[in-house]
Amino acid sequence: MIRFENVGLRYGMGPEILRDISFDLPERSFQFLSGPSGAGKTTLLRLLFLSLKPTRGLITVFNKDRARITRRELPMLRRRIGVVFQDFRLLDHMTTYENVALPLRVRGREEASYRSDVIELLKWVGLGERMHVLPPVLSGGEKQRAAIARALIEQPEILLADEPTGNVDPPLARRLLRLFIELNRLGTAVVIATHDLGLMEQVDARRMILADGRLEIHD
Amino acid sequence: MIDRDPAEEAEHEEAAPARPERAPRKSAPIVPPQNVAGSALILVIAIMTFLSCLTLGAVTLVRDTAATWQTQIAREATIQIKPAEGFDMEAGLATAQRIVSGFAGVRSASIVGAEATIRLLEPWLGSGLDIDELPVPRLVIVTIDPASPPDFAAMRTALGAEVPQASLDDHRTWVDRLVAMARTTVTIGISVLALMLAATVLSVVFATRGAMAGNGHIIEVLHFVGAEARFIAGEFRRHFLLTGMKGAAAGGLAAIIVFVAFSWWSSRNMATPEADQATALFGNFAIGTAGYGGVALVVIAVGALTAATSHLTVVSYLGDIDARHHDG
Repeated sequence: MIRFENVGLRYGMGPEILRDISFDLPERSFQFLSGPSGAGKTTLLRLLFLSLKPTRGLITVFNKDRARITRRELPMLRRRIGVVFQDFRLLDHMTTYENVALPLRVRGREEASYRSDVIELLKWVGLGERMHVLPPVLSGGEKQRAAIARALIEQPEILLADEPTGNVDPPLARRLLRLFIELNRLGTAVVIATHDLGLMEQVDARRMILADGRLEIHD
Repeated sequence: MIDRDPAEEAEHEEAAPARPERAPRKSAPIVPPQNVAGSALILVIAIMTFLSCLTLGAVTLVRDTAATWQTQIAREATIQIKPAEGFDMEAGLATAQRIVSGFAGVRSASIVGAEATIRLLEPWLGSGLDIDELPVPRLVIVTIDPASPPDFAAMRTALGAEVPQASLDDHRTWVDRLVAMARTTVTIGISVLALMLAATVLSVVFATRGAMAGNGHIIEVLHFVGAEARFIAGEFRRHFLLTGMKGAAAGGLAAIIVFVAFSWWSSRNMATPEADQATALFGNFAIGTAGYGGVALVVIAVGALTAATSHLTVVSYLGDIDARHHDG
């Protein structure tokens, strides 16, 4: 589904942040992306999410060469990738419901056509009672679940989550992990960037470890 | 859509007991209106529209007045017959009158009589003048049809052949000067209008760029949920169209108030010397339907220009963001 071959990335004239990264993300796969802070996890996620272009190497996304993807094609490809940011990035002037429905709204869909889907998903992530609340009122865990719901509403083929349990207590972290596993079971490939060893030990999944800009893979 | 795990669902339901669902409120705008430059931009657009409308009004007024002058002058031509030794002035006048009367496009030709000529010269030469003692040129006033004027060249040739002392003045010099003045005024007015619209466009560009910078977080979220540049630009365009229309309508209304006020003042002071002077120069101060139509056109043009400018600015700004990401 997504393939990296000898990918390298540097910002401007600075040193290479990622070096010779090669891996393959198959469909329906589940993996953790780990490594110390500053190792380049978020940068690698941005490459996966097509918000950065590599300085060298080849990235293939849904059988398309990243270098040949035009600006017009980007939105369509991004719709197939769900992203959960560490800082949630919810829009504070919109309710939880509106935030989750945003990906459908930007496609120009009528609200009546997706209302029940959004409500069902909000219940599924445990936010059924908080759907008309603005994000500043939500707790960290609720915000995290709202961000996850927004990433899932379009049933993406792959979900990228950057430190999804970084702002929640261990019981909620376990619950979120179960949610990701369930999602994976339903057919979505999942990449979770985390440095929470405890979280990784709960699942027997592939581990991609970034250190000094290089990637080691433990299947 | 998603096949839910009953156990998971049960846990959630437990954590959050079910309550009756409220109907979702009307969706909040994606870009909140308060995040986009408001009153200052409306004021700038209103001032620009007001000045544009005044310029348009002034251009209309000058053009109409010049056209009136032009028609009035073009309605008459003058034949001047100079006296000469042994020349029968009265016969020459009659011949000239006869010749021009025969031309198509001439409504009438009247000889300025001796008494009328004396009256014309009185301010310079005093009363009691004997016209026969002085070599005074005499005039024939030719009234012509402005819709189909006669062939002045042929008329001049015919006059020259039979009355060599006659010279025909068709007022062409004055008409040409008036036309040149009116054209210059209209060109200046249109240039001023273009400059004002350019200033409006630049103000909107700055305001849009400011709004984009202030709403960077929203644009980023829209980007990663797969919004196309067109959609994002549309969200901003909506705000700027509203802002532009509000400002333009206010400016247009102010201009109409000024026009109506002048028109009212002009009609109230119709008999006074000041108003007579103004009327002599500019005709009646009335903008007319075309002027008000022009104001409406300026208002719509400014609104559309604001929306189009913000749209293009947003699209180019998003292009810059993408290019930066690509280069990064």
